[in-house]
Formats: sequence, structure tokens, C-alpha cells
Amino acid sequence: MSEATQYETVVGLEVHVELHTNSKIFCGCSTAFGAPANTHTCPVCLGHPGVLPVLNKQAVEYAMKAAMALNCQIADVSKFDRKNYFYPDSPKAYQISQFDQPIGENGWIDIEVNGETKRIGITRLHLEEDAGKLTHVDGGYASLVDFNRVGTPLVEIVSEPDIRTPEEAKAYLEKLKAIMLYCEVSDVKMEEGSLRCDANISLRPYGQEKFGTRAELKNMNSFRGVQRGLEYEQIRQAEILNDGGKVVQETRRWDDTQGKTFSMRGKEESHDYRYFPDPDLVNLNISQEWKDRVRASIPELPDARKARYTSDYGLPSYDAEVITASKKLADFFEESLNYTKDAKAVSNWIMGDLLGYLNANNLELAEVKITSQGLGEMIGLLEKGTISSKIAKTVFKAMLESGKLPQQIVEEQGLVQISDEGALVAVVDQIIQANPQSVEDFKAGKDKAIGFLVGQIMKETKGKANPALVNKLLLERLKA
Amino acid sequence: MSITIKDVEHVANLARLELSNEEKEQFTGQLNAILKYAEKLNSLDTDNVEPTSHVLPITNVMREDITRESLPIEKVLLNAPDEEDGQIKVPAVLE
Repeated sequence: MSEATQYETVVGLEVHVELHTNSKIFCGCSTAFGAPANTHTCPVCLGHPGVLPVLNKQAVEYAMKAAMALNCQIADVSKFDRKNYFYPDSPKAYQISQFDQPIGENGWIDIEVNGETKRIGITRLHLEEDAGKLTHVDGGYASLVDFNRVGTPLVEIVSEPDIRTPEEAKAYLEKLKAIMLYCEVSDVKMEEGSLRCDANISLRPYGQEKFGTRAELKNMNSFRGVQRGLEYEQIRQAEILNDGGKVVQETRRWDDTQGKTFSMRGKEESHDYRYFPDPDLVNLNISQEWKDRVRASIPELPDARKARYTSDYGLPSYDAEVITASKKLADFFEESLNYTKDAKAVSNWIMGDLLGYLNANNLELAEVKITSQGLGEMIGLLEKGTISSKIAKTVFKAMLESGKLPQQIVEEQGLVQISDEGALVAVVDQIIQANPQSVEDFKAGKDKAIGFLVGQIMKETKGKANPALVNKLLLERLKA
Repeated sequence: MSITIKDVEHVANLARLELSNEEKEQFTGQLNAILKYAEKLNSLDTDNVEPTSHVLPITNVMREDITRESLPIEKVLLNAPDEEDGQIKVPAVLE
């Protein structure tokens, strides 16, 4: 890393997000993921002669919604252009995209890295169609083409070169993902390819205004991959510059297993895309009334929620950031507050036990059965002293798996906390009698011995004894 | 603006066309003639004219987001030069 520190890194990201419409952008084929190859295709998306594309209105509205959520200005007039290139993933030999009149321009989002907020500009957001999927076979001599994905609506989101570190790039992607999820325009699953990212990265000496020569990185299939690819490229370019060399402007492919980038050759001419307006698609006039209607459908976004959580509920900034990164999690948090007033307790259970369980088992919130009512009521039982915090962990686990309400779990498993002195005295006396050495240790000034005795009582009562009461009873007897 | 043989070669390469030397000469001449003809437009004052991308007085042609039946896979593969497991098989293009 020491090589990289003499230079300032400049990164711009191009992110493609698949919009989750039912049908493709220009035809009625389904966009469902995972169908048998080429079964979601028709003469339009296969590029047969004489067919006419017809624009999917929902795709336009999703793109507008996404652009608005990224603080873009929305065009009054937008149009579609053909981007010409020959590659087997594109049956028409052109991609329908937007060149000079994109849906949205001049936006921004705020990211947070190391406790500092930074604004990253969004150059543009445009609508386009996805390409097909190639699988290379026969030792690399042949390719199999699946056109199911051709025509899936995409938005391409281009950032300004405002990103300075790989961590910022990752934070930008995470924020972008959260915003797309909040707007419900995409399911944003990187493993299914519904969010893809290319990165432009260059280095320049600190203080120099002119950008260095950039490399374009492709094939980074995870947020972690983007970060690692950029980290690798920082060092590679710094080494070239330090040796007095020149960085070549080129496209490089990230190899996640080898942890390196490799030059992709032979595309020098292909960047001449000869864009021109698609004669088959008429202009799109976006009226103020239409813009207003779409804008009204945008829910409260992560930043606004985060601000509300820290100010209204007193959550730490980090906890608020984590919870609001997922709309479903944030909704769960707020719904829980219908059943308890203790927002901090809800947040703690979400940050600790819930996310811990989901991450350890690689699960989504929707895949566990716990309800917001369950969590809220469990916190209520804790407050009332019906259950101990130890029992609460057991109840929580049971709720994750069964979805039952805490009261029912407590009753079924007999988990009610023993807060009745009469019932506990007998156990306390029994443990004191059985452990004379610990009693002696305590009397000799070893305060730790009491922890052992409490543990024994908890074990005897299967964790149900009220800890405060146990402490009180024990001390009364030991000091007597 | 005039077109050279180099421009013709470049465009032909992008379009994956193989042209003979005679064809290159021929197209250079023809393309220049076409451009010269279109140059007449430069004599008009277009400062206050919006660029025209379409001549039809129609905008906002859209469909609702409803799925339709796709083509049966047998028909999809009718135009494939070769196929394997329902996929279209083509020579690899190296990136």
C-alpha cells in the first residue's frame, strides 16, 4: 500500500441496475430469473427483421423514480438511441440505450466513511436494455448464447469522478443499493446480476488537477470484489508511475480468485459506437404532472430515516446506518415500536441477536419467522421482569424458528422467571449447603465466589431465577 | 468535410465488411457525393430549430407492463447456426 499513498486515487463508477418489471423493456417476454435458456425470447428481443419495439411504461417510471431518489434533474424530453457493436450477446448488433438525452442528470448521494459524510455526484442515469449471457465452451473456441436476459430493462448510473478510495467506492455502492431497494425498482441481487459495476480508476500526484490515465475495470461481482479490484489497481498503477512508466488506457478484467486484474485486448475499435436516434422509438415527453405523480411514490429514503432514528430514538449513528441500509429491516424496527416504547432495546436486539443470526446463517430477514410484534412484546416481558435477559435469548431463538409470540413460548416451555422469594429461598439454601468452600472464600473476601454461587442457582433453576433477587437472597444469607 | 479511403476502411471494419480496393474507391466517391448533397442544409439558418430525431408528430408510445407468451424454443433455435442444450452455439469472440 505504501506505493499508493504518494498518489491521489480518482474513481468513477458505472453501475447497471436491472429494473424488476414483469416484462422486458421493449416486448412482452418475461424477465423472470432462472428460466431454461432462450425460453423467454420472441422476435422483438431476438432482433428479427421487421419487428417494432414498444416501450414499457413501468420501466420508464422506475427509471424516473430511481433518478429522482438520486437527486437528478428529470428530462422534459428524453429519447432512445442505438449503440452499435458486434458481439454475440446482442442479437440486433446494437443496444437500445440513451445517448444525449438521458432520463436524469446532475444528481448526488451522500455517503459516510469513517464517520465523515461525503457527497458523490451522479453525472447521469439512463435507461437501456440488457444483453444476453455467454458461456464459453469447447476450451474457449465456442460460446453458448442464452438470450433470456436480452431486453431486461436496466438503468445505468454514472458517478462523477468524486470517489477517492476503494472504501468510498464500497460505501457508494451500498448506499446506491439501499436507495434502489427503498424505491422498490430492483431487487438488487449482485449474485443474480441485477446490480453490476464497472469502475474507472486513475492516479495523480497530490495537488495535480489533471486526471491521470485511467483503466476501466470489469467483472467485479461483489461489493468486496469492487473494493479489492480497486485496491489492486491502485498498487499496479502506482508501481508503473514510480518506475517512470505510463499507465495504458485500457479495459481490465478483475479475476476474483487470483486477486488480480488482466488486460482485455482487441477492443480498440469497438468504442466507436456510432450512436444515432432509434427510428423505431418516438420521443418521450415527460410532463410536470407525470413527474409529480412518480415523485409522490418515492418513500422516505435511507438518509432521512437515519436522521430520524438518531434524533427521535437516540440511536447511535452507526446502528441507524446499519438498520436503515435495508428497508425491510428498518420497517421491522419501526413496526416493533408499536409493541414497546424502548427503541434502543429494539435496536440492540436487531443489531446483536437478529443480524448475528442472519449473517451466521446467510439468511434474509424474510427467511426467519420472528415478527415485529414478537420482538416488541418480548422486550415488554423483559421490562416487567416476567423473563430474565438470559431467558430472553432462548425466547428470541425460538421466535426466529417458530414465529410464535413470546408469551406462548414462555408458557409452553415454562420459562417464566422465578421472582417469588419463597420459591427461591429453598434453592439458595440448598446451593449454599452444597458449596461450603465457596461460602468460605466469600467470607475470606473473595467477592468472585458469589458469581459461582449465582451460576449454580441459575443452573438449578434452568436460568429462570430472577438474578437481582438471587443476589439479594444470597447476600442476606452470606453476610448473616 | 470529406471522406477518405481510411474513413471507409474504418467504417467497413466496424460493420465487419470486407471490401476490395475498387469497392473502397467506389464507396469513397459515393459517400462524398452524398455528404456534399446533404451539405446544402448548411446554407439554412437553423440556430433556432430543435434537432429533429423523428419526423412523426407522435410521442410517448408505451405499453403496460404485461407479459406475453414467448416463442417456443424450437422456433427460437430455427435460426441458430448450431445449438447445444437449448442455447445458440457460435464461434467464440475473444474479448
